[in-house]
Amino acid sequence: MKTSSSLRWTWLLGLALAALAVQAAPPAKPAAAAKAPTAAAAATTAAADPYEGDPFKSLPWGDMRREYLGGERAVFDERVTVRGPAFAEDPMNVPVTVSVQGLEGIERIVILVDRNPIRRVLEYQPMAALPAVSFRFKLEQASPVRAAVRTRDGLWHVGGTWVDSAGGGCTVSGATRKDGSWTQTLGLVSGKVFDGAPAASSAATPVPGAARLRLRVMHPMDTGLVGGIPAFYVNKLSVRDEADRELLRLATYEPVSENPVFSFDFPARPTGSLRIVGTDNNGNRIDARLD
Amino acid sequence: MRSIPVLPGLLAAALALPVALAAQAADASTTATTATAPVVNVERLDYGLRARALAPGAWVVEGANADFTVPNGCNIINTGFFSTGAGVVVVNTGTSRKYGEQLRALIARTTAEPVVQVIHLNLHPDYFLGNQGFADVPRLATPATRAGMAREAEAYATNLYRLCGDWMKATEPLLPDRDLDVPAAGRRWQVGSREFELHELQGHTDSDLVLIDRASGTAFVGGLVFTDRIPTTPHARIAPWLASLDRLPALLQAAGVRTVVPSHGPVRGDLQGLAQTQRFLQWLDASFTRWAREGWDMNEVLRAPVPAEFRGWAAFQTEYIRNVAHLYPRYEREVLTAGRTTGR
Repeated sequence: MKTSSSLRWTWLLGLALAALAVQAAPPAKPAAAAKAPTAAAAATTAAADPYEGDPFKSLPWGDMRREYLGGERAVFDERVTVRGPAFAEDPMNVPVTVSVQGLEGIERIVILVDRNPIRRVLEYQPMAALPAVSFRFKLEQASPVRAAVRTRDGLWHVGGTWVDSAGGGCTVSGATRKDGSWTQTLGLVSGKVFDGAPAASSAATPVPGAARLRLRVMHPMDTGLVGGIPAFYVNKLSVRDEADRELLRLATYEPVSENPVFSFDFPARPTGSLRIVGTDNNGNRIDARLD
Repeated sequence: MRSIPVLPGLLAAALALPVALAAQAADASTTATTATAPVVNVERLDYGLRARALAPGAWVVEGANADFTVPNGCNIINTGFFSTGAGVVVVNTGTSRKYGEQLRALIARTTAEPVVQVIHLNLHPDYFLGNQGFADVPRLATPATRAGMAREAEAYATNLYRLCGDWMKATEPLLPDRDLDVPAAGRRWQVGSREFELHELQGHTDSDLVLIDRASGTAFVGGLVFTDRIPTTPHARIAPWLASLDRLPALLQAAGVRTVVPSHGPVRGDLQGLAQTQRFLQWLDASFTRWAREGWDMNEVLRAPVPAEFRGWAAFQTEYIRNVAHLYPRYEREVLTAGRTTGR
């Protein structure tokens, strides 16, 4: 009895908040005018369901859609797979693998963590690569971990998983910050191209002749949430082939782990040496070649 | 005739050992099945600790062979104690203040001798978070273990409060207060009428103490050996660990050990636990090396097929995730090659 009435109150509160959010929504900008029907549809959904259909029933979701997905329409789509461990043994390094199966016209993939103090983790434009990426990130507490995939038609396809955590991933210094060794290695890149898709590949469908690039960039990736240490993180990375053609592009944010390791899959092995270019938020340049 | 598992590395030692442990091997399974599992009462926060005599004056206090859970009281460790004629020596003090206090009470019910020494075999939380029950007793550990405990104690307590809840009530880390220096060749440690033999090995942590009591033929081998359980690896280095496991049988044989008490999993009268740990670490090392060379990401390693033997051991579901998180990054770093820094 007690439980059901408190549940009802939670639900009513959610409904009230959702209604407030709808009222508080700014008037449509000219550019968004063409999408008015979409926005209206989303608003209708919001009024009926404070979670907007979110399978995790996470209250921040609606705000996240408005803040990080431009308020555009989003559907929960099983073709977007997010894999992680059941619990974060090391909340400073939680492995996440995103892959997309059977979706055409993918523009970019945004990875969001509801209950992190900094929710946006990474944005990925696969370009010449397959729509799959793996890396590790910092998790502050148990949370849904989501990938939102925008297709050319302007629709976001969202998948996710739940990761439990003892907490503290974003508010603790990394090892190289603690011992000061980060200054010796800042911006150094190491990596390797592996032939074939691994047996347990994150690639949507193992493609014959496929290749994987694994890349490590040395950087403290400070979140700015540790006392006296301002945010300091790699914010842009791009991989180019020998002809200077851009193969993939990343925007990374504070929650990506210290000295991050990324895995990207390609339908075919890129020929020749690869160039990795990027910056951090202090303007330091990353520029390295993998032979 | 019961055969001791034979593996490369263990082979020579096992052949040299037929008397030491094989004489006892006939009742090895009995030893395991007569384990006195604690009867936990969660309501009253009673661990239900029981002392099982391994030999006159030598007792083991067995925990559940599992991962930390509230129903098992987060009691997954085997502790123990010896009477010496000049007081009791306690080996490890459990996960919490309550464990330490209940262990102290159990010792008082079991022997009339007062507790005179506590010894910690490594730096892990269930080896010393019960120290508040032994605040008036000298507590010994190697310098490396003491330093490690000082560094990690707060994080341990935070994590165990979260995992174990009320069982941890009023627990505050109380560190060992005396250095125990152990030369490379090992040392003898006399307490009353009992002469213990101590060896400082490594690999499970930076300092893994093995305590042998020749009189009772008992060895507390700490975290070096896991019986029927996935090893824990937060401070592990595989190569030195395997080297320690190569060395251990000869040490046990030389001391006439008949009973092997691992910190986690059943007590055995043979080297079964040692061989299991060795097999697991060898598999882990070979597999992680291969997968890193093939470019696997950590999430793929987490989902890789694991041999049925290991999947059947206690705590597989949780501990293997931890093994991967702790150890795989080192293997993947090995295979990545440095890029050439180009024009700035």
